[in-house]
Amino acid sequence: MIGRMVRMRVRRQDGPDQSSRWEDFEVPYRQGMNVITCLQDIQKKPVTRDGKTVPPVAWECSCLEEVCGSCTMVINGKPRQSCSALVDQLTEPIRLEPMSKFPLIRDLIVDRSRMFEALKRVRAWVPIDGTHDLGPGPRFSPEKQQVYYQLQRCMTCGCCLEVCPQVTTGNNFIGAAAISQVRIFNAHPTGAMHASERIDALTEEGGIQDCGNAQNCVEACPKEIDLVESIADMNRQATRRIIQKMFGG
Amino acid sequence: MAEKPRFIVVGGGLAGLMTVIKIAEAGQHVDLFSVVPVKRSHSVCAQGGINGAVNTKGEGDTPWEHFDDSIYGGDFLADQPPVQKMCEAAPGIIYMFDRMGVMFNRTSEGLLDFRRFGGTKHHRTAFAGATTGQQLLYALDEQVRRYEVAGLVTKYEGWEFIGYVPDDAGQCRGAICQQMVSGKIQSFRSDAVILATGGPGLIFGRSTNSTINTGSAASAAYQQGAWYANGEFIQVHPTAIPGEDKLRLMSESIRGEGGRVWVPSDGKEGRPPVGQPWYFLEAMYPAYGNLVPRDIATRAIFKICRELGLGIDGKDKVYLDVTHIPVAVLNAKLEGVMEIYEKFVGQDPRKVPMQIFPAVHYSMGGLWVDYPRDDGQPHHWQMTNVPGLFAVGECEFGYHGANRLGANSLLSTVFAGMMGGPDSIKFVKAQESTAAEASQSIFDREMKRHDDFNKRLLALDGPENPFQLHAELGDLMTGAMTVVRYNDKLKAALTSIASLRERFWKITLTDKGAWMNQPLHFSRQLHNMLILAEAMTLGALQRDESRGAHYKPDFPERDDARFLKTTLAQFTPEGPKLSYMAVDTSLITPRARKYDVDKKGGDAETKAAALTG
Repeated sequence: MIGRMVRMRVRRQDGPDQSSRWEDFEVPYRQGMNVITCLQDIQKKPVTRDGKTVPPVAWECSCLEEVCGSCTMVINGKPRQSCSALVDQLTEPIRLEPMSKFPLIRDLIVDRSRMFEALKRVRAWVPIDGTHDLGPGPRFSPEKQQVYYQLQRCMTCGCCLEVCPQVTTGNNFIGAAAISQVRIFNAHPTGAMHASERIDALTEEGGIQDCGNAQNCVEACPKEIDLVESIADMNRQATRRIIQKMFGG
Repeated sequence: MAEKPRFIVVGGGLAGLMTVIKIAEAGQHVDLFSVVPVKRSHSVCAQGGINGAVNTKGEGDTPWEHFDDSIYGGDFLADQPPVQKMCEAAPGIIYMFDRMGVMFNRTSEGLLDFRRFGGTKHHRTAFAGATTGQQLLYALDEQVRRYEVAGLVTKYEGWEFIGYVPDDAGQCRGAICQQMVSGKIQSFRSDAVILATGGPGLIFGRSTNSTINTGSAASAAYQQGAWYANGEFIQVHPTAIPGEDKLRLMSESIRGEGGRVWVPSDGKEGRPPVGQPWYFLEAMYPAYGNLVPRDIATRAIFKICRELGLGIDGKDKVYLDVTHIPVAVLNAKLEGVMEIYEKFVGQDPRKVPMQIFPAVHYSMGGLWVDYPRDDGQPHHWQMTNVPGLFAVGECEFGYHGANRLGANSLLSTVFAGMMGGPDSIKFVKAQESTAAEASQSIFDREMKRHDDFNKRLLALDGPENPFQLHAELGDLMTGAMTVVRYNDKLKAALTSIASLRERFWKITLTDKGAWMNQPLHFSRQLHNMLILAEAMTLGALQRDESRGAHYKPDFPERDDARFLKTTLAQFTPEGPKLSYMAVDTSLITPRARKYDVDKKGGDAETKAAALTG
């Protein structure tokens, strides 16, 4: 008896300068399976639905529990992590595509280095004096910890950039993830000592002023980070900074 | 030294990044290699917290107590001086992260909050929700980025370490790495190479580990002559969600915050009436209850399910219950894991007890590394037996003996980096010649060896599939090499590994190109996994005792006379050659390890001596 099969359509592309194509696969259904399991099945038996042996689908993954951000792809039209995409909750055939706002490497793998470059641009760190023992850090309230811990769960997955109409492969708009990081460091008691540097970086070319307020980012964030509030907060800080500069601050 | 020394760190988890920061902080340049963008390293999966006897709860906790808990929890197999140093450094390490801006949970006074973990009676674990590893990794990632901008760090992300480069005297002079996207193999000169490449969980197929935790780099170093120590000590975590692709960890912090483990009772004597919850850990271990160390909890769950047949619905499952804990507390302290259960199982653990089962989690064993000793000889923190080759983090054996206590892994990774980074500089500065001066021929030789190996893999044309073989290896190792071990099964496993090694050379790579060829990289990792699996399994076969995570029903007692020793595996083409090294127990005399009663003080005299000076 042939058990239930899961149908998949995968957009394949051998390299950056190649053309893309769709390939169809079928893998045996098991309860609780996710898109990762389907792709692993294809690795073990890389044969398309029409019987052609092909190289297995290339994709990135690591933690498989939605904390590392690696396995992000566009699943049935929506950018999300493939580990937490459960087959039972998806319409078949399950369509897998690479994210479109980043340079393609192969199949479902894209190069997200622009996100890490953005973190450099905005100086997303607390500039500590050194790693030697200098005693405890600054005290702050549990309420504040809860707010900023939530923001710091951002795993640089790229969903917010993928859905943002202002982000294109050709421009350098910094995107919601990095803007939200500035909010964290500017609120931290030590990080706040260098807030104006980050705001200045955030208002350079491709900065926060390019945000079109579409608010797609907040909908797409798998960690439900309030990116719209982060952008609003940083806009307020940017405005204050402009006024401060006008008066020679 | 004519030219500036060069440093290579391989791996961008907590251990690797801490090492990088220490070297860069000393003004030296570091080349950092990682198979993934370092911010995606496996450290993100650590959930519960990081230990340090900060003692802000008025419990009289001390670094010595932390040290004694760790040594006792590790069943006395760890060399004691490095563990003592680690526990002494722990409060300062937590404060360092606090200064870096880690969003640790706070008390009402705005101080760091601490929670309970297994194998201790103290609130000693600092935590950031239930994603502490992720938060600590992000903090170090930020600091490394700062050094990257300052020009002291060059990242090679998407590059895999495939071997070190020994000179004719056996000293490490660099590394051979392969860029995964282009397939390019390249040699890099370096005066010290520090491996921070993580654990080998993938050898067991599915585990709580990330897919990048193949142990391949450690195995490559082992095959070139580095010793692999205590490989048989594999921690099986008591609480994970079974899954087709992964066994997802449900943090020990769930029990630290009051979570209880139970099965419906069968009503037998001394147990609750039929169908009522039987909190079997609390019944079996009244002193520590749900917070016994992991090896103890895991064996108890195995006993419940496999011997007594009391698993939920007769299956391999028990309840982990937090439904009695207020939702606000769960959300503030355990949200990350509550969310994982909800997303992957589809039930709300705040309302319905979770169903869990043990899963392979951590390797106490790893590359053998040194520490300073008072014998008049030069010793370097974290250096392997290969001069110039260092190891830090889960890929080395240093800090956990026969069983690791929860929340000691984040600590040991960071501590190892703090010691290994500066000591690698010390080592390099004491050398008479530099890697820059080493003969080109040694690099050419290693390049050719790896190039030939790659070509051989690509030319294979047999019926086997490497991913399928890996699944078989995982089943085999999970069956024979986890919670309960029998010598006949271990022997059979060694035969099966040998047969998998033969079948390995009958694979076909389903991709023959150079560009982003994942099957090529995976096949080499699999090859290395098979060799490491053999060393681990032989270690288990030859250790006829029970200690920590290593349990043989046919040898149920710890045997200090024969086996209070570190297992050392040396690679030979004919198979691993095992030898045994004495354990440094100079600070705490080994005593019986029991968790049904409170831990007895242990060496009051030694303790007093250590405290006074």
